[in-house]
Amino acid sequence: MDSGAGLRPGGRRAVPLVAVTPEPLNLQALTEEVSLAASADGAVTSFIGLVRDHNQGRRVSYLEYEAYEPLALRALHLIVDESAAVWPTARLAVHHRIGRLDIGEASIIIVAASPHRAEAFAACRYMIERVKQIVPIWKHEHFDGGDVWLEGATADPGDEAARDKARRIACA
Amino acid sequence: MRVTVRLFARLRDLAGTGEIERDVASPATVRTVWQGLVGEIPALQAYEQTMSVAVNADYAKMSAAVADGDEVAFMPPVSGG
Repeated sequence: MDSGAGLRPGGRRAVPLVAVTPEPLNLQALTEEVSLAASADGAVTSFIGLVRDHNQGRRVSYLEYEAYEPLALRALHLIVDESAAVWPTARLAVHHRIGRLDIGEASIIIVAASPHRAEAFAACRYMIERVKQIVPIWKHEHFDGGDVWLEGATADPGDEAARDKARRIACA
Repeated sequence: MRVTVRLFARLRDLAGTGEIERDVASPATVRTVWQGLVGEIPALQAYEQTMSVAVNADYAKMSAAVADGDEVAFMPPVSGG
């Protein structure tokens, strides 16, 4: 039995708002954590990224996610801070899974809560766009007939054009 | 001085390892470390224009100074989410 450290009143374990983990993701637990004592909130939005069974014409068998963990955590915290600066009323959380993920499993969950829906939707969308731009995590795709490392954006948190693009998409 | 080089994803595959200890002459920058690495593993060169780098798990520029004991990471374009 654990000691009281890390437990909420009533015995529920505190969930970190930002995490990189090999464990399956739990949207309900993260939503509860963000919504804790949130009587001023009128909206909670969430995003779940799933491993899909096809990509660029290939039949995907499974994905392996690799991370530079300390920097990935730092980048996720930076994204939360950026989002909070744009939407100060929003409270935000993001968990990214790493390791082997089968088709249909969640690779990322994002939760945004705010008094009104506009900020929650926008912050949620902004965060996933920024994750794809600057978080040092890579998909190793295993498909029928081979495997390939997927490569998207050159990560540069100081790239204002990328940040503006994410913000435009979020507010579209 | 001695630095730890970290390589990820396809860079790790090309090098055959994700972590390498290297002696470099002081003073050194990230670029110095990279050039030594490319000298040993020429296939890495293809990533010079698109990779990101970090020193001690913080994004950095190729011109950033590197000190004894530092961890220098080279990362291909990211594909999380």
